[in-house]
Amino acid sequence: MATTATTHQTKWWSGGKSPFNLEYGKLMMWYFLMSDAFTFGAFLISYGTIRFSQNFWPDPNVVFNAFPGAGHANLPLAFVSVMTFILIISSVTMVLGVHAGHKGDKKGVIKWLAWTIVGGLAFLGCQAWEWHHLITGEHAALIDGQIQMVGQTTTVNPWGQLVDPALVSEGLKKSSIETLATIVHEHDHSHALKELMGMTKESLVGMVNVAEMHVREKGPVAFGGYFYGITGFHGFHVFSGVLINIVMLIMTQKGVFEKKGHYLMIEKAGLYWHFVDLVWVVVFLCFYLI
Amino acid sequence: MSETIHEHPGTVTHGAAHDDHHHGHHEQSFITKYIFSQDHKTIGKQFLITGIIWAIVGGLFSVLFRLQLGFPGQSFPILETFFGHWAKGGTIQPEFYYALVTMHGTVLVFFVLTAGLSGTFANLLIPLQVGARDMASPFMNMLSYWFFFMASMVMIASLFIHTGPASGGWTVYPPLSALGQASSGSKLGMDLWIVAMALFVVSSLLGGLNYIATILNMRTKGMSMTRLPLTIWSLFFTAVLGVLSFPVLFSGLLLLLFDRNLGTSFYLSDIYVAGEILPNEGGSAILFQHLFWFLGHPEVYIILLPAMGMVSEILSVNSRKPIFGYMAMLGSLFAIAILAFLVWAHHMFVTGLNPFLGSVFVLLTLLIAVPSAIKVFNWLTTLWRGNIRLFPSTLFAIGFVSLFISGGLTGIFLGNSTIDIHLHDTMFVVAHFHIVMGVASMFGMFAGVYH
Repeated sequence: MATTATTHQTKWWSGGKSPFNLEYGKLMMWYFLMSDAFTFGAFLISYGTIRFSQNFWPDPNVVFNAFPGAGHANLPLAFVSVMTFILIISSVTMVLGVHAGHKGDKKGVIKWLAWTIVGGLAFLGCQAWEWHHLITGEHAALIDGQIQMVGQTTTVNPWGQLVDPALVSEGLKKSSIETLATIVHEHDHSHALKELMGMTKESLVGMVNVAEMHVREKGPVAFGGYFYGITGFHGFHVFSGVLINIVMLIMTQKGVFEKKGHYLMIEKAGLYWHFVDLVWVVVFLCFYLI
Repeated sequence: MSETIHEHPGTVTHGAAHDDHHHGHHEQSFITKYIFSQDHKTIGKQFLITGIIWAIVGGLFSVLFRLQLGFPGQSFPILETFFGHWAKGGTIQPEFYYALVTMHGTVLVFFVLTAGLSGTFANLLIPLQVGARDMASPFMNMLSYWFFFMASMVMIASLFIHTGPASGGWTVYPPLSALGQASSGSKLGMDLWIVAMALFVVSSLLGGLNYIATILNMRTKGMSMTRLPLTIWSLFFTAVLGVLSFPVLFSGLLLLLFDRNLGTSFYLSDIYVAGEILPNEGGSAILFQHLFWFLGHPEVYIILLPAMGMVSEILSVNSRKPIFGYMAMLGSLFAIAILAFLVWAHHMFVTGLNPFLGSVFVLLTLLIAVPSAIKVFNWLTTLWRGNIRLFPSTLFAIGFVSLFISGGLTGIFLGNSTIDIHLHDTMFVVAHFHIVMGVASMFGMFAGVYH
């Protein structure tokens, strides 16, 4: 307590100076981050509540197994690891930028800020690809007794439990020609899709290799809502972080901080950036690892 | 209001000249001085004026629905003149009634007693009473008001749309609020309600961060934390509560907006509307109630604490005695702020909450009676043998204490889950919270304004 402090100790709390020896803006940033942590906390707790109220939840190793340019190769969590790595590296470059700011090294600040922005944009690009792949992906799911090729959206989830092969054969007979043609085309490229569309249902069903198909039931709808909702909200944070960093970059280039004599603003932007990274680590844990 | 009016240096203008002490030396246009002002006193007044307008609007809502309550089904032809098909034949229609109650709650709770009360007095008093020149960030302070203004505009706009404003109660529980087909108020009005509240959260966040940073960082030399006036302490705890609880409401509302517009199922499961089965499954409406009340309960203290702080000071000044038991008052403020986060589920005793969990919340809820009682006794002992001057502010402050006692006593009944289960959804609850946080805080606000 301030009142018990001896004379040669600084009385931090007695007024006239900042009790944390921080400039007010940095203090505000810390409180803002605390507040934002509650926002994400509410999202993640809601997610946990709903997820554990379900009997079944999709296996992330199955959902997130694609990699750009790798076709149908099964690479569980490889791509998201790259994304995470990019974001963490961008945090490192941010630290280097802040450090350069402490030394008053304008060129260093510009260089490291630019790399941080590149990292942020790369992360956003990866996320865009991942979302696009999930939404437009075609996965065989048994819906209302027939096989349908569906992607992961906020209303449909194709990652339920695996369906018994006997039921798959039943379902195939009720499926549409388009679906059957797509299924055949996926494994057998000797026929063009158009050519397959022209065939009869019976011959198409005969061409499907049921043993190779991984037909699943519909999974919990909440999966898509929470996944897109929370990673999207995080992506929005990354996006605003990139914008902030771009503003900082322009201000540095114009010499605003040089005139001020300090690079405190960069430090505050850095706090925000690290927070966004930290949130990603938690999101990564909740959606991809557990 | 033209942009061409310019203040000349040193010119004394009527009315506002007093506010302009340390700005007199540089030229300010009308716009920067009164509209996009960064001066904490002007911003405080902006909040107060907007709050007063909202209080009148919200009060009129309650007058209208009380007409229906007092004279059920009776025809008042003048209502049809003003409200058209909402009051067909002069009788208030059910949809209109629900909309009135919903908007009355929303407006009074958020726009009057949150923004109007802590927005006004935090801006006006914090810099003056901690000895700072202005807020930590005057610019953010200005933004805080203008976000509040935008929220007000969106909320007002929702009153004039064809399908009417939100009408699912100020607590906007899904599925009523999540499905457009549920009622006419659940259509566009509900979306606008959510947008307005999101803007409001931004406003309160900007304001709250500023209040906290100012109180911690900008105190003048010698103004140690334990010398801070109780008003400032109460505004500090209010800001902390706001900064930590509003984001949770924001999350909840964002998910609600997704449920409404993007077909997600956060709060929806197994629902039939007009014989049609909805595809939504897996969500939980109770989840929204948890998210809502995690804000909702601290919210009543966000409303009440500033009034408590001001009443402490006004009673002490007007009974010509220092406040009785400053540290006890401070400790009880702190205790209330902590407990505020731990009692939200006492609003949810009838949701099928696990009875054991319910009893934990009963215990925590009743614990609030301890700091509240400490405060009441300290107010009484501050008045005791004081040289009391009965100014309007003193009378309102004493009225606050009186209301707080009766409201607090009814709270003891409601805090018990066994009794609450029977009293839930009765006028007893309505009376309880109107006395303890509604009218009491209004009295605190009046006391502050008169003081």
